[in-house]
Amino acid sequence: MVFLGQFPALTGATMNIREGEVVLVKGPNGAGKSTLLRLCAGLLPMRSGTGTVLNFDLRTQRMELRAHIGLLGHRTGLYPDLTVSENLKFWAHAYGANNIEVDKAKAFLGLNDRLGSVQVQNLSEGQRRRTSFALLLIKRPSIWLLDEPYAGLDSDGRELVNSSILQASELGTTILIASHEIDKIGSSQERTLLVKGGRIVNDSSQDSER
Amino acid sequence: MLRDAWLVTKKDLLIELRSRILINQIAPYTLLILVLFGFALDADTETLRDTGPGLFWVSTLLVAILAIQRSVDVETSDSAIDRLMLSGISPTSIYIGKTIGLYLQLIILEALLFVVMVVLFDMSVVNYPLVIVSAIVTTLAISSSGTLYGVIASGLGVRETLLPVLFLPVLAPAVIGATRTFGDAFGRVNADGWAWLGLLSVIAIVYTLVGMLTYGNIIEDT
Repeated sequence: MVFLGQFPALTGATMNIREGEVVLVKGPNGAGKSTLLRLCAGLLPMRSGTGTVLNFDLRTQRMELRAHIGLLGHRTGLYPDLTVSENLKFWAHAYGANNIEVDKAKAFLGLNDRLGSVQVQNLSEGQRRRTSFALLLIKRPSIWLLDEPYAGLDSDGRELVNSSILQASELGTTILIASHEIDKIGSSQERTLLVKGGRIVNDSSQDSER
Repeated sequence: MLRDAWLVTKKDLLIELRSRILINQIAPYTLLILVLFGFALDADTETLRDTGPGLFWVSTLLVAILAIQRSVDVETSDSAIDRLMLSGISPTSIYIGKTIGLYLQLIILEALLFVVMVVLFDMSVVNYPLVIVSAIVTTLAISSSGTLYGVIASGLGVRETLLPVLFLPVLAPAVIGATRTFGDAFGRVNADGWAWLGLLSVIAIVYTLVGMLTYGNIIEDT
């Protein structure tokens, strides 16, 4: 059980996700999708229940878990006063990544040199999302937690995000995507969870087993 | 740990360099406070000289509140704090990095404030080493406790109004000590400035250690 303030945001979530799976988390607004992702990231404490992610206990080892997690949230987590390049450089150092990885991510997402010198506060929403997504590629985490990753992106951006998800999945990355906008990614290891009222009410993997 | 802390400090200083909030907004506010104190106490230079050390530290605290709020805003406005927590940088490193960043900004503001006060109030320093060392130590007390209380207030959602209420009483002993030390350094009070500096050092060390030990738990809860 997870509380946001006094509100029980997630009250019934039983799931087992295997390495390399792509899990679509669907559900109406306020259902608990973002809370589920933040719980898996180790950013929210569990009030009751048990859980492990990558063999880290969600009650006692959240700090250790976090370094292995890539979270793309509603907010980009960028510094608006810094340029795109300065943001990428800072976070790359924080992640222990090198310049080659930064350049690869920038090239893949079409963040050219001209854009690199623009302050993040002057970017469009789509460009901010791309910059934020570049940080995910630079970090190379074991688990991707993507909260509405397509929001604000144009069709090119959506295709880039989709192809990144498929590539990462093929390399064994586990991916959870909370989104209103898609029903299918196209991965062979895909499954859908339906969340309502803070509970997982449907799991497509259990449907297929029946 | 120190490499990560320095990374956070460099980032905070770069943000200030880009946004120019320190230079364009906080520094003029600092000067305005001193000028207004000057007007309020009339043109009686003896009174201004006697109260100068106290006015200096009260002014410093007021601008420190702005600098602390700015330091917290940088991390919370677009949830960069979440990304920091997921980066693998330890909370202690974040705390040290942000404290050093705030410290350096406050030292710059204090240097400006000091020059203006000496000129405006026509004050003369009789013990420069005492001024410098007490500024170094008191600023550590302010920045270490400010970094901690800034995060505490941000978690309660009423940062602008709550931060001064939480922060100023905690800093009262440091301000008393710093005022006595400066008073001695300016030759305005009959006090042993170096003895007061000992007390200031204890306060600065305690606040820094408490911050290092508790910052992680506090950002978890905010």
